Amino acid sequence: MKLRVLVSLKPGVLDAQGRAIEHALRDLGYTQVSGVRTGKLIVLDLDTPDPEKARALAAEACEKLLANPVIEQYEILS
Amino acid sequence: MSAARVGVLVFPGSLDDRDMLRGLELCGAEAQFLWHKDARLPESLDGIGVPGGFSYGDYLRCGAMARFSPVMRAVLEFAQSGKPVLGVCNGFQILCEAGLLPGVLVRNRDLKYVCQDVRVAVEDPGKFRAELPPGRGLVMPVKHGEGAYVPDPDHKPRVAFRYVGGSPNGSTDDIAGVANAAGNVVGLMPHPEHATDPLLGSSDGGALLRSFLAACVAARTRR
Repeated sequence: MKLRVLVSLKPGVLDAQGRAIEHALRDLGYTQVSGVRTGKLIVLDLDTPDPEKARALAAEACEKLLANPVIEQYEILS
Repeated sequence: MSAARVGVLVFPGSLDDRDMLRGLELCGAEAQFLWHKDARLPESLDGIGVPGGFSYGDYLRCGAMARFSPVMRAVLEFAQSGKPVLGVCNGFQILCEAGLLPGVLVRNRDLKYVCQDVRVAVEDPGKFRAELPPGRGLVMPVKHGEGAYVPDPDHKPRVAFRYVGGSPNGSTDDIAGVANAAGNVVGLMPHPEHATDPLLGSSDGGALLRSFLAACVAARTRR
């Protein structure tokens, strides 16, 4: 089964890309926009039919490699 | 006393491995390359240099993939035994990702790759102190896109070097380099190996490399 993992900087860690995107959007006239944050989406195809097992595997992969817990958080999406 | 025998790691995408090897040789070391697939280190190695570059294309996060290469397992044991390890630029990022140094390096505050000479002041470079008294200024180049240091909230870093006159990258508290608690692992963003001759604009990096080599020899004789 496929799982998507969203890795992003923790709140409070400066997201320089998000800030630059926010500036660009505001320059384009989207003055309602604020608090832009970026992240990366990683798609995993896991060779198990058991959703719980798959999520546990994905979480382990996040802890080990996909996210750096010092600055990043992750969310496992279906 | 015989010369320090040091290894310089080579990953796919390492760029400064030759400069580091040459810089260490200029400073009197017997240096050799260590390939990333080698799971065993040569016997009688006194120290390891982790050079700059873009190991594994900087994919995922800088240094994140290099951390799991076979040679890094050996480097972890080597460092944990108290032997000196020096990481420069991408090498610093790799040592942070590997957990040998606390904290992490993120994208420069202004999203720009910076390439310029910087001045750093020595604070507490652990065991690499032979020619690095606290307060000494060193001029060396930086060249990186992801050099802003973010400390681990649970591990207060031992600051080895701090940028003088503001950081070029938005580093927390202008931190340019850190040491581990034991003082045998040091990483920094500026490049000592590119500042080993007045022709290169500065020879201050030589003092850092010689201090690393002195720590290598000291760790050997203690055995």
